[in-house]
Amino acid sequence: MKPEGSNSRNNSYCSPDVFQTVLGWRYIPIIVAILVLIPVGTVMLSFLTPAGEIWQHLVETTLSRLLLNSFWLALGVAVSSAVLGVSLAWFTAVCDFPGRKIFSWGLLLPLAFPAYVLAFVTLGLFDFTGPIQTSLRSWSGTELFWFPNVRSRMGVIIVMTLAFYPYVYLLARNAFLTQGKRSLEAAQSLGLNSTQGFFKVALPMARPWIASGVMLVLMETLADFGTVAVFNYDTFTTAIYKAWFSMFSLSAASQLASLLIVIVFVLIVIEQQFRSRIRYAEPKQSSRVPPIILTGWQSWAVTGFASAALFFAFLLPITQLFIWATHTFAEEFNQRYLGFLWHSLMLSGLAALLICTISILMIYSARRHPDMVARVAVRIATIGYALPGVVLAVGIYVPLAWVDNWFSQMAMQLFSIETGFLFQGTLIVMLIAYMTRFLAVGYNPIDSAMQRVTLSIDEASMGLGVSGWSMLKKIHLPILKGGIFTAVTLVFVDVMKEMPITLMTRPFGWDTLSVRIFEMTSEGEWEQAALPAVALVLTGLIPIAMLTRQAEK
Amino acid sequence: MLKIYFGYFMRVIFICIALFGTNFSYAEQVVVYSARIEKLIKPMFDTFTKKTGIPVKFVTDKAGVLLARLRAEGKNTPANMLITTDAGNLWEAVQEGLLVPIESDELEANIPTYLRDPQKKWFGLSVRARTIVYNSDKVKPAELSTYEDLANTKWQGRLCLRTSKKVYNQSLVAMMIAEHGKEKTEQIVSGWVANLATDPLSNDTKAMEFVAAGKCDVTIVNSYYYGRLIEKIPKLPLAIFWPNQDGSGVHVNISGAGITKSTKSKKAAVMLLEFLSSEKAQKLFTDVNMEYPANPKVSPDSIVTSWGSFKQNRMNVVKAGELQTEAVKLMDRAGYR
Repeated sequence: MKPEGSNSRNNSYCSPDVFQTVLGWRYIPIIVAILVLIPVGTVMLSFLTPAGEIWQHLVETTLSRLLLNSFWLALGVAVSSAVLGVSLAWFTAVCDFPGRKIFSWGLLLPLAFPAYVLAFVTLGLFDFTGPIQTSLRSWSGTELFWFPNVRSRMGVIIVMTLAFYPYVYLLARNAFLTQGKRSLEAAQSLGLNSTQGFFKVALPMARPWIASGVMLVLMETLADFGTVAVFNYDTFTTAIYKAWFSMFSLSAASQLASLLIVIVFVLIVIEQQFRSRIRYAEPKQSSRVPPIILTGWQSWAVTGFASAALFFAFLLPITQLFIWATHTFAEEFNQRYLGFLWHSLMLSGLAALLICTISILMIYSARRHPDMVARVAVRIATIGYALPGVVLAVGIYVPLAWVDNWFSQMAMQLFSIETGFLFQGTLIVMLIAYMTRFLAVGYNPIDSAMQRVTLSIDEASMGLGVSGWSMLKKIHLPILKGGIFTAVTLVFVDVMKEMPITLMTRPFGWDTLSVRIFEMTSEGEWEQAALPAVALVLTGLIPIAMLTRQAEK
Repeated sequence: MLKIYFGYFMRVIFICIALFGTNFSYAEQVVVYSARIEKLIKPMFDTFTKKTGIPVKFVTDKAGVLLARLRAEGKNTPANMLITTDAGNLWEAVQEGLLVPIESDELEANIPTYLRDPQKKWFGLSVRARTIVYNSDKVKPAELSTYEDLANTKWQGRLCLRTSKKVYNQSLVAMMIAEHGKEKTEQIVSGWVANLATDPLSNDTKAMEFVAAGKCDVTIVNSYYYGRLIEKIPKLPLAIFWPNQDGSGVHVNISGAGITKSTKSKKAAVMLLEFLSSEKAQKLFTDVNMEYPANPKVSPDSIVTSWGSFKQNRMNVVKAGELQTEAVKLMDRAGYR
């Protein structure tokens, strides 16, 4: 064992000694970072292939507009997701109002919606040809000049907010559930009212959670292609797609995507800088502080607000999908759906398990060795979420095919057997590929929860003779539980919705629900896609229901 | 030394494979990378397998992604055949040296020259006609003539278009560049943009719905989208118009296929390709998606025939690939989103 435990002066946290016995502990984040660096590096290697002509064209024509569009979109979605997510989380976690119980889990449901499906359904309802404008026109008998243009920047921001706010909601709610009431109590003892208590105490204390959630929203927004394509709202990602699929330059596309990584990396570093200045004290667990009971117009205003969010983000689109699904059910449904469902469940479940385990290992390792190397490794390991999925998919595939080729060549030379491709289309490769993309989704919630496990907790428990595995089980696990459940749910649902990596790495004839959605939507048959979409949303509800049950315990 | 380690490693790998599914194959088969979705290609494969006993395995994905896969896999690729839904991507596959020439009298007899690669590296299998659809309550067919005419100011505020990001529009503009040159084409595209009643739409069906709802009067779509929409809602006031009949003809693109450099099963792959061009399979192409058969001996589906016959643009579709990048740049310059 290395004598690393001795340099405890820069160990702001002290971790259970069980980890000190595991050799190579220190290298976990580094190994994972290298795994993630392979595809990301492959994408960045594109700079070796010049694509000056396409860059020049973009700069001369559309680039400035695209950048501006991306900027406003990212800002708009981040701010409005933060406001919507945090406010809903606060109300459901700390206040009492009619329907609170239902809203507290109901507001998570939109998570199960792929954003582009929500976009398509919402646009279908509210656009010029949709039922709402059509019936208004026939009722009033005139053109609706006052009706806002839905295919606009505002429209995209609203839809993406509805799709992505649950990330913030889920994380912020965890924060408020574990310290919200307690912090309010503290605020009250300082003579602040509950509004002041929220802004001055609870909100700052929930910062790491909120920041993690907003960061996920930002990455998702910047990497999105499907949603903006439905609105024909051109962003930076549009340029990536155009360079690759229309101008046949994967290298130009990869170069553009690399810029996206750099931008997100800078954002993360800035956020971390802010965060590291703040120290978070632990809350006292199992405090039984009564909720703030809202009365009169306040309670109904909150109920109305939560209902509106639930209605537009979930009830309305799922109803529309259901209606479409009944149209196509007879034609589309067959026994194969069991297979799609099973594949989706298995992939998502295994990926969630793998990614969350790795996240926990990384977090403990980084906690044990909180140095620059660990920090950088963690940042690199979680950067895959910032890339458009399809670009990352190729970044995964190119080295994979290289290894496969090398192996079959070796097998030929050494044993004269034809092996074909060994790795391609195996579950292991698919899972590693998902890990490179979704590690941030698993890591962020658990890492935030870890902020609660402080030095003094560890010291106190050790003082009481609780250490090692039993400290993990008795002290850490109860504190981290919420974070872990959140991570599992988010990864599960995200993997289930994932398309490009699944498409590219799946074995022959092996389809999932999201592959089925791709099949339908790529030919513009959105109504046909309703059935797999409904199936996907309903399946996504399983982990959400489990999450809710544990959160309410 | 190396051999021992390698042996170890291989054993581990084999166990993994045994556990997690496999790409092994011993019997003869054809492996296809298809940008044509399952629903629109599997019926043909099934018929082929029934006829010859040769199984067909396939994966679907976007054409650009499939090309990247083929490139990465090199000559060891498991894929024997690439199917796309446009000529541009096949042209690009040839540029990247992913396809091999096919010597087949049967294919050459079945597929007309303008629908196949001059180097014989790919063949069109179905024809997708991009034509004009108009609101039959608001437009008289006599008002319509050509794609180019839609740039005329008389269509101001009356035109709807799908986004320029779709390859069908890129191919259309590429063929216009081949015919008129860059300068004139850019004027035409700018004229279209000036005539738009609303921002470009995300797909052909949406564009037709806007025409039917009266937001605009005309649009340009692939005919099978018209067929699908009318089949679903027959009462829509939409009608089809075949433009450029006094000139070069209606713009057509293809869904087509080529054979990859893969060392395996080339013979079976050629057999499959020949089968796909045969009358039996060609009938399926038009039946499953209301496309036009590439083989002139086969007549289209009865609904499709009811839209009338028309003159196709007989310039080789390879031009759509050659000039696609040019077309994309031109549309960017013209402000066509």
